[in-house]
Amino acid sequence: MAKEKKEADLRFNRFGTVAFTATTKVNDFIDYLEKGEVRGTKCKQCGMVFFPPRADCHACLSSDMEWFPVSGKGKLITFSQLMYAPVGFTQDVPYVIAVLDYGDYKVFGRVGDVPFAELKVGMELATQANRLDNGQINYVFNRP
Amino acid sequence: MGKVAIIGVGQSAFTRSYPGSIRELAFEAFKEAMSDAKIQGKDVDASVVCSSPEYDKQRSPAGVMAEYLGLTPGPTFYAETLCSSSSTGLKLAYSLVKSGLHDCVLVLGFQKMSEITSAESQERMGRGADIQWESPFGTMMPAYYAMYARAYLDHYGATEEDLALIRVKAAHYGALNPKAGFKKVVDLPTCLTADPVANPLKVFDCCANADGSSCFIVASEQRVKDFGIKKPVWVLGVGAASAPVNMAGRDLFTGLKVAQLASQEAYKMAGIGPKQVDVAEVHDCFTIAEMMAYENLGFAAPGQGRELIRAKETYIGGSIPVNVDGGLLSKGHPIGATGGSQIRTIVLQLRDEAGEMQVKDPQIGLVHNIGGVGLYGNVSILGR
Repeated sequence: MAKEKKEADLRFNRFGTVAFTATTKVNDFIDYLEKGEVRGTKCKQCGMVFFPPRADCHACLSSDMEWFPVSGKGKLITFSQLMYAPVGFTQDVPYVIAVLDYGDYKVFGRVGDVPFAELKVGMELATQANRLDNGQINYVFNRP
Repeated sequence: MGKVAIIGVGQSAFTRSYPGSIRELAFEAFKEAMSDAKIQGKDVDASVVCSSPEYDKQRSPAGVMAEYLGLTPGPTFYAETLCSSSSTGLKLAYSLVKSGLHDCVLVLGFQKMSEITSAESQERMGRGADIQWESPFGTMMPAYYAMYARAYLDHYGATEEDLALIRVKAAHYGALNPKAGFKKVVDLPTCLTADPVANPLKVFDCCANADGSSCFIVASEQRVKDFGIKKPVWVLGVGAASAPVNMAGRDLFTGLKVAQLASQEAYKMAGIGPKQVDVAEVHDCFTIAEMMAYENLGFAAPGQGRELIRAKETYIGGSIPVNVDGGLLSKGHPIGATGGSQIRTIVLQLRDEAGEMQVKDPQIGLVHNIGGVGLYGNVSILGR
């Protein structure tokens, strides 16, 4: 009996301006992004929450996870505007990377359309799914 | 069990573009360290080779280096923790000697970064962080450290000028170091008006890529006697720690937790506190990194680092001279060679052989060497 060749799930290739990972057990993250949702994972056994999402819980060693939405507002902990970029990103300069604190977890990503001059540590921003010009997909921080 | 010493040190000049291969670059530091210890290849029991991959194309460089340096058939292996690789090499060599497995272990660090462009290098370094969740946003080392700088300046009310003063100091001493890649004195206005790289860090807040090699030889107390080593420098403490790779996993942005943890471990092992350190080498890949190091190592209270630099307490003659060889900012930062270069500086200081950079009569020295964005922390304490 001929074995049917299973097609590789390369959905994660679509994450970010340039992706460096093609396959992960949390590939559904990309489908949620497509639907406009940013999601993390929560361990069904011990309740630990993870962002970025993980397939495995290091606290209780369970791999039974559920998705939760990154919703509401996070506090801007820190940020930086890049005037120089690594290879593959030079067309995006200048752009701003930042960390938001949601209390139970933090999110690292890019700032969307908030002007750099208006950014202040402590201000509240929301994490939103975002489509890029090159067909890729990511998430950005914008005013709620 | 006996004590463990560093019996020889060497370093190539750090340059923008070395006109030779990685093995020839390695030979420069090796030759100097072997001549310093006055030993031969047959005296070396094992070697640890340290670099960070994807600059040159050699896979598994340990074997190649061991052969070129005449250290075969002794065992050799590769150690990698990004920018702190050769401090990790020290910890491994110390463990090998302390355990009694070997009596003399050579640690070689090297990096030839000029084989790729600066933008490619930023991408490689960025991939020393989280490639799945961070690199797709376009990250690079200056930007990561810039986020620490933003949080630090904001939290403590420190200024970009406070950071720039660290570069002014580095440039002052870099001018005295014959091995430094950047010997130009830089003044405060030049630092403050330089082009931004990743706000709030500007060009002179950042160290530059370099080609270079470093080498040191670790030996048992017995071998120190056998080889007739006149000025052994003893390894008193080695501490190391790791942190979550993704910034989302960090709970401190005004300092590096790995440096706090590694220094606590090293101080405890050495049985000393920060006040007993007479001279220090810290990982100033960016000015903010040295500022945080002052505090994470206990030289200053949290938020008080700027008082140290403003009062010139980290210059020679101050309460705790730091990076009086010019640091990474003036020497250049050939990733895998950097830790070994810092160790060499402290060894020369403790032997009173640091020339114009000599601190008066130091008894204890400290090396703080960080890999990635506070991903790996290594602190080593050495004494006469």
